[in-house]
Amino acid sequence: MSARPMTRRQAVFAGAGTLTLAFAACPRGVVGAANETAAEIARFTGGTATETGAIAIDIAEIVENGNAVPLAVAVESPMTPDDYVTQILVLADANPQPRVATFHFTPMSGRAEAATRIRLAATENVIVVARTNQGKFYTARKEVKVSIGGCGG
Amino acid sequence: MAERPRIKVPGAAAKGEIIEIKTLIAHGMESGQRADERGKPIPRKIINRFTCEFNGSPVFACDFEPAVAANPYLQFTAKAETSGTFRFTWIDDDGTAITAEESIVVT
Repeated sequence: MSARPMTRRQAVFAGAGTLTLAFAACPRGVVGAANETAAEIARFTGGTATETGAIAIDIAEIVENGNAVPLAVAVESPMTPDDYVTQILVLADANPQPRVATFHFTPMSGRAEAATRIRLAATENVIVVARTNQGKFYTARKEVKVSIGGCGG
Repeated sequence: MAERPRIKVPGAAAKGEIIEIKTLIAHGMESGQRADERGKPIPRKIINRFTCEFNGSPVFACDFEPAVAANPYLQFTAKAETSGTFRFTWIDDDGTAITAEESIVVT
């Protein structure tokens, strides 16, 4: 019996084995994860409308690696005991979980500013929501294009 | 968490001056999203909270989620009013805490 050359069907299945391994190395939960960003924002604001304009987000527009993306946020505020930012919530709307960090401030903070490094799983929006002691909310967002997602892999 | 955290606080400041504080702590911040080579999920283990107090009063705090990068870096500000001591605390998911202190002279 003469040996038949491998059919295309057989070649695809041989290649699929390698593909499966690649996906196993991919962090689970990244692709198709449920997105609760809107629910998180509603939980933070209690439904109060948010204003724009007071928040500055400093983050790169394009990053090659989403593993440790520098982020700085600043909210204009007198930061006096009468009028100060109490919390800043940072969200990433295509991460496995949208919450990234919550910064807590007091009048002793001096300024409502903080910087850290975050993980971004994919191209997505970084959304910042700030709350003041007077019950006002501000929001801003910036899109970051990510080449290699950073869920710790 | 075994290594000492790295902290940058000015040693002196003028009264009313807003100073910058930088902190860095070594920690893998295992997100809980990864799996090992056999596909077994690696459990989450992160620092989930950082606090900064001055002379016992809260200045700044941060709740970390798994989306904070490994070796968490934090920069924030504080208003210098009196001389005293900053106390910083990092709390791991497992309940262990690391603390550090830095003094400042305010004139």
